[in-house]
Amino acid sequence: MRSMRLAALTALLALGVTACGGTTKSDVTSATPQAPASSAAAKADPNAPLKPGIKLAFLPKQINNPYETIVDKAGIEAAQEFQGEAKEVGPSDASASSQISYINTLTQQGHDAILIAANDANAVCGPLQQARAKGIKIVSYDSDAAPECRDIFINQASSEEVGRSQVQLLAEMVGHKGEIAILSATANATNQNTWIEFMKDELTKPEYKDMKLVKVAYGDDDDQKSFTETQGLLQAYPDLKGIISPTTVGVSAAARYISGSKYKGEVVLTGLGTPNQMRQFVKDSTVEKFALWNPKDLGYLASYAAAALVSGQITGAEGETFKAGKLGERTIGADGEIILGPPFTFDKTNIDEFDF
Amino acid sequence: MGRVLRWDVLVGALLVAVFAGGSLATPGFATVSNLSFALGDLGEIALIALAMTLLVVAAEVDLSVASVLGLSSALVGALWDAGLAIETIVPLVVLVGAACGLVNGLLVTRLGLPSLAVTIGTLALYRGLAYVVLGDKAVAQFPPQYTALAVDDVPGTFVPYPVALFVLLAVITGVALHATGFGRSLYAIGAQEQAAFFAGIRVKRIKLLLFVLSGTVAAFAGVVFTLRYGSARADNGLGIELAVIAAVLLGGVDFDGGKGTLGGVIAGVLLIGLLRNLLMLNDVSTEIQSVVTGLLLIVSVLTPRLLALVRSRRPVLKGSS
Repeated sequence: MRSMRLAALTALLALGVTACGGTTKSDVTSATPQAPASSAAAKADPNAPLKPGIKLAFLPKQINNPYETIVDKAGIEAAQEFQGEAKEVGPSDASASSQISYINTLTQQGHDAILIAANDANAVCGPLQQARAKGIKIVSYDSDAAPECRDIFINQASSEEVGRSQVQLLAEMVGHKGEIAILSATANATNQNTWIEFMKDELTKPEYKDMKLVKVAYGDDDDQKSFTETQGLLQAYPDLKGIISPTTVGVSAAARYISGSKYKGEVVLTGLGTPNQMRQFVKDSTVEKFALWNPKDLGYLASYAAAALVSGQITGAEGETFKAGKLGERTIGADGEIILGPPFTFDKTNIDEFDF
Repeated sequence: MGRVLRWDVLVGALLVAVFAGGSLATPGFATVSNLSFALGDLGEIALIALAMTLLVVAAEVDLSVASVLGLSSALVGALWDAGLAIETIVPLVVLVGAACGLVNGLLVTRLGLPSLAVTIGTLALYRGLAYVVLGDKAVAQFPPQYTALAVDDVPGTFVPYPVALFVLLAVITGVALHATGFGRSLYAIGAQEQAAFFAGIRVKRIKLLLFVLSGTVAAFAGVVFTLRYGSARADNGLGIELAVIAAVLLGGVDFDGGKGTLGGVIAGVLLIGLLRNLLMLNDVSTEIQSVVTGLLLIVSVLTPRLLALVRSRRPVLKGSS
């Protein structure tokens, strides 16, 4: 009884507060967006030499993730080319909050730049701003942080190009006909969602009028869950002709399920995968073609971009250029983005040339 | 002799040693910004540990706290998205937390189920509800004046506001536990529940109250967590119940109930937090950090028992304890 009275009282109090007006979402969103914190006063000097002894730190989504390890290792090796020091630290789980303490630690340790693959674009924002207040440059790669919280984002491929090319790749293999599905990572993964938007847009074009997207499933970048989601998709949609899985975990789990099922040879699977994970499925003809960018080049470019920022060659403004070692000259695009290049398609004829 | 060998005093001494060692040997450790961050990072765990201490002293446990935190965070996100004012959301969400605690408490006291089993069940249940509420979405864009309240320091100190609130609540909890009849009744329940019952203590009523308190605090911690990270998600605080219980045990509270001090628990929370911060500043990998925390925990559970064993083998000296 007493607790019920208490509940009623609190509810009343709450209502009272609302009646007096409170802070709602519209109050916040209507406020003018703040200008990017990057120091507008700083001038880029494209001819400035790369400073020796630059200290870089890679903060991946999680450590011991094979893909992130390849990216970061290439970045650390690139740092040696310009006499810099680099290291990789990170949490063992890819949750939003676990990167935060690492950002604080790296800030205290006084690095010149932090390179981060953000688990949550907004959760990392506050600590990154604190790091920038101490003069540390922030380069996001693989998965972006909110743009006002970093200097530059190294985009592995133009999101539009990834999204559209995945649909083109699949359409070509299913003959532009039939039901298709998407197996994504988590429902809030920034990069996957952008790609899916472009896939949907590509599908509205007339040449895909006989193709129908029936479902977007989420395997949460978890091997087991992706495996069962694939199974679920194929049972729920018996007429399914193709699956796109734009995540390395998802596409390999889906391939593993299909290769051992009656759907092998019936359902076309493509997506974004690594050659080592996909080799056996390409060889046993479960998968004909899949795509990805070169993760080594991603880490390499991120490292050089960070060094260029620290040395003052660039400030992160659109149109600035810098030399990224063996990758040649690169230009910063809109919103401080640098695009690595078009996605690369792997198939039986070329997969053995790659080892990652 | 007995006084010096008390475990909570040892933990306090260890804490001082870690702090002194860190300040001397690790640059960047004893700075205002780092300590402020390290303390702020402990805020939610510390808050929940207060209520957990009372429960464990009374020989109960609440493993669902992190899930209540996640549910609270998810609700904050969903209601904020729906256009409710934050000033309305916070009391509502805290009320939901109290209800979660009430469910735990009723299952334990009315049906006589073990709290370990009940709260393992609600751990899954409440986390599941969190996903029902918000799915895999993340809600951001909270009002800056409130997110600042969860991050900023009290002016002129390196103590973030949530930690200042913790200090206030810790004083209240400490007084309640160690200087009132209510506090003594918790020790009585934890030491010998039946004896406590026959001594006239309203055992079930008190336990129910403790569970409601635990749920309420966990939900409030969920609000702090959400504002501190500026991101409401159903998976927020995943697994921190273990950090809370580790801190409580490390602080010398007996898992069988009836023993322990709040001071020990606070030292335990700080020790785990500062040690982790120190290890990270020295580039010790996550795996080794887990190994260190795990070993510390085992030592903390083992040592008091060993000491008790040593003492019981010794001839009893009256008045020496």
